[in-house]
Amino acid sequence: MSEYGKPTTEKEFDANFEQIKPLMNSTEAYYESSRCLYCFDAPCVTACPTGIDIPQFIRQINTQNISGAAKTIYDSNYFGNACGKVCPTEVLCEGACVYNHQDVKPIEIGRLQNFATDAVIERKEHLYQLAPDTGKKIAVIGAGPAGIACACELRLLGHAVEIFEAKAKPSGLTVYGVAPYKILNEEVLKEMNYLQEQFGYTVHYNKPITGKEDLSKLEQDFDAVFIGIGLGETRSIRIDGENLKNCVGATEFIEELKMEHLKTPVGKRVIVIGGGNTAMDAASEAARMGAEHVILAYRRAKREMGAYEFEYDLAKAVGVKGVFNAQPLEILGDHEVVGVKFIRTKVENGKVVSIPDTEFTEACDMVVRATGQAKQETFLAQIDGLELDWGKIKVNAHFQTTNPKYFAGGDAVNGGAEVVNAAAHGKVAAKGIHAYLKN
Amino acid sequence: MADLSINFAGIKAPNPFWLASAPPTNSGYQVMKAFDAGWGGAVWKTLGVPVVNVSSRYAATNYGGKRMAGLNNIELITDRPLADNLREIEEVKKRFPDHAVIASLMVETREQWHQIVRDAENAGADGLELNFGCPHGMCERGMGSAVGQEPNVLKTIVGWVMEVAKTPVIVKLTPNITDITVPAIAAQEGGADAISMINTIQSLIGVDLDNLVPYPYVDGKSTNGGYCGPAVKPIALNMVKNCAQIPDYKLPISGIGGIENWKDAAEHILLGAQSVQVCTAVMHYGFGIIRDLKSGLSRYMDEKGFATIDDMVGKALPNTKTWENLNLKYKVVAAIDEDKCIGCQLCYTACEDGAHQAIGLSGEGEDRIPHIIEDNCVGCNLCSLVCPVEECITMERRDDGKEHTTWKERSANNNIPTTFNDELAGGRGHWIPKPEEALKKGHYDKFK
Repeated sequence: MSEYGKPTTEKEFDANFEQIKPLMNSTEAYYESSRCLYCFDAPCVTACPTGIDIPQFIRQINTQNISGAAKTIYDSNYFGNACGKVCPTEVLCEGACVYNHQDVKPIEIGRLQNFATDAVIERKEHLYQLAPDTGKKIAVIGAGPAGIACACELRLLGHAVEIFEAKAKPSGLTVYGVAPYKILNEEVLKEMNYLQEQFGYTVHYNKPITGKEDLSKLEQDFDAVFIGIGLGETRSIRIDGENLKNCVGATEFIEELKMEHLKTPVGKRVIVIGGGNTAMDAASEAARMGAEHVILAYRRAKREMGAYEFEYDLAKAVGVKGVFNAQPLEILGDHEVVGVKFIRTKVENGKVVSIPDTEFTEACDMVVRATGQAKQETFLAQIDGLELDWGKIKVNAHFQTTNPKYFAGGDAVNGGAEVVNAAAHGKVAAKGIHAYLKN
Repeated sequence: MADLSINFAGIKAPNPFWLASAPPTNSGYQVMKAFDAGWGGAVWKTLGVPVVNVSSRYAATNYGGKRMAGLNNIELITDRPLADNLREIEEVKKRFPDHAVIASLMVETREQWHQIVRDAENAGADGLELNFGCPHGMCERGMGSAVGQEPNVLKTIVGWVMEVAKTPVIVKLTPNITDITVPAIAAQEGGADAISMINTIQSLIGVDLDNLVPYPYVDGKSTNGGYCGPAVKPIALNMVKNCAQIPDYKLPISGIGGIENWKDAAEHILLGAQSVQVCTAVMHYGFGIIRDLKSGLSRYMDEKGFATIDDMVGKALPNTKTWENLNLKYKVVAAIDEDKCIGCQLCYTACEDGAHQAIGLSGEGEDRIPHIIEDNCVGCNLCSLVCPVEECITMERRDDGKEHTTWKERSANNNIPTTFNDELAGGRGHWIPKPEEALKKGHYDKFK
């Protein structure tokens, strides 16, 4: 039996998705900050994609300069609050903490970061003075971490910014994709409001930029364009049965769960196909939604999974069962999913090959395909001179694309990474746009 | 944004944070690195006739999980040739003309003082600091704290220096003295431009229990050193305050002692320091701590509405009185926030055994939350000091604020206890458990 019952109220939903990194209180923050050694050339800083001066902000928390701590964080990362909770700190800053070498628990950097930024967000304390208006206007496509970070930095530099967002809420996958036990939607949106109030960019929601016409208008009306469109829908795995009822893409399943909570349909026996972090999330979430059996099926060996170990541990901890070296051949069923047919695999010369006569079937009433998101190549092809590299937008060190008026960052550039990577791109790209507009 | 720049006795600096004369200012290399990191000034490692140092020089007091709560050293003044130091001072000033470079000096004879003052000034030093504070090694040779402890000698040497000095002269005082205001006044009488304090406190960190040699170990022997670091801040603050409150005293004070973060610096300044000097914190964490010092102080000044450092200097002095001027009618009692209490009962045992028996336990099953017995609470703060939870125990005011009586006033009105069993005794009427009650509860029985 599963550990979690199917939630029937919002309260039960919250209990099933209890926060794994809850907000610290001031006593905990004081003790935890006092443990920081203040390393020179600290490895946590090197490990942070946005290079936050971590020992500095921790010392500022310890000396009760909480606003100063928040400013140190936001100086490097506009998603400071969200990243404190959603970053895979176990493999980034906290994984790099020197205490690990001594078998002492590393500093809880993520939660300290969340503590400091939460304080200024709650107080609505503005930390920045914007540069005088430059008269330049920049369009940002996509209000995800890359787009928002880019908008904040551009506003700081005095440029006007309009963001065009296809969906109804800002922050991209932070609100639509991150597992609910990592952060609450309200927290994400609170930081988004805080940033928008402070930096004063405009966001046009439910306003997708789709065709050539839209792009021409942006090119006409704006001095530069930033593309932060992320990735598209879950990629097909090209086997029979993908279109059956109750066979869903992980991105779509998680988005529904994030928006609809209780109303999200989840089967009793769920098979999640994939070995990345999204697969881990989807499997955990299915289990926490009350699925009785959740199988995580991956076509290679366990050690070859792209997912972080701690993400797999989280899934295992809620009862998810891993099945490895299992390649799906067909999703079975007439109208609805009834099972998946797999074949055993092994790896020869780096390639997955199936082992003859090892087919087997696992029964289920729901399949979640966590097999990666598609690139948005069709849309991107409409931008003149924009070169792609396997579907990813080619950029230089300033995140300028091969069409000089366009800059880009986030998943559309790196093919899919963390919120913190996108936030880093957006900020650097804004500096690139600033330099481009000055010339 | 607050203006952090200062003009200390004529020595200008972009901010009040100076490195104290110590190992971090041993060379031009270090001082330049510090200025590049953001420090406002540096007092060079004391110049004089170069010494020969011992190997193994520092020892520290660790407190719980914290290393170097106090640091002790037996290092002497510079052991590098004077010419090398002077050349480096000149180079630092060339590259950082707006930063303060102060030469710390310690020699013996009048001729030597004249010579070294001229040399330091010719090298470009913005000011001089006379080291009358070092309490180990040099004092055995009649210098350092041996001078600081003899006001007349101090005054005479300051006089020698003033005969030739063209830049501001700061006298660095030793805390190893009964009343620091005496040498402070002697410095003023000698003609000095400023004072700085405190130098290190004579100390012995501890003894190695295996070989019975105190720390730091030098070939089977040890000696007393000078104590500094966070542990000495309260002593330093009191001495800064004492000097700042000398009636009609004119000399600016550079505060030294236990400054590790912006709050420590703010406290020194609020008690009268016009610049602050830092050593141990840099020896522990490097020059990078200047970022917290500047950011924190500047934010605090903005919050408090202090536009400049001068605006803030000594602002806590009017609130720092002699005991006899405190209001005897002021009354606070402790209050425990039951929602925050985690049931450690440290407050209970501290009050019960260490103070005034004003905290009780319910004694009922799982209920570990202590309660205040208000009638017995004298408002001593102890419970709130030992409580491990932020803002769980707070002190609440109980008097109505209308009455104000001091010991001084009561003395003037002959309204003070004068006999051993006086009716006017403050504790008369205060409930104290009978001695035999101590054995009834049997608190420690289960450990016997």
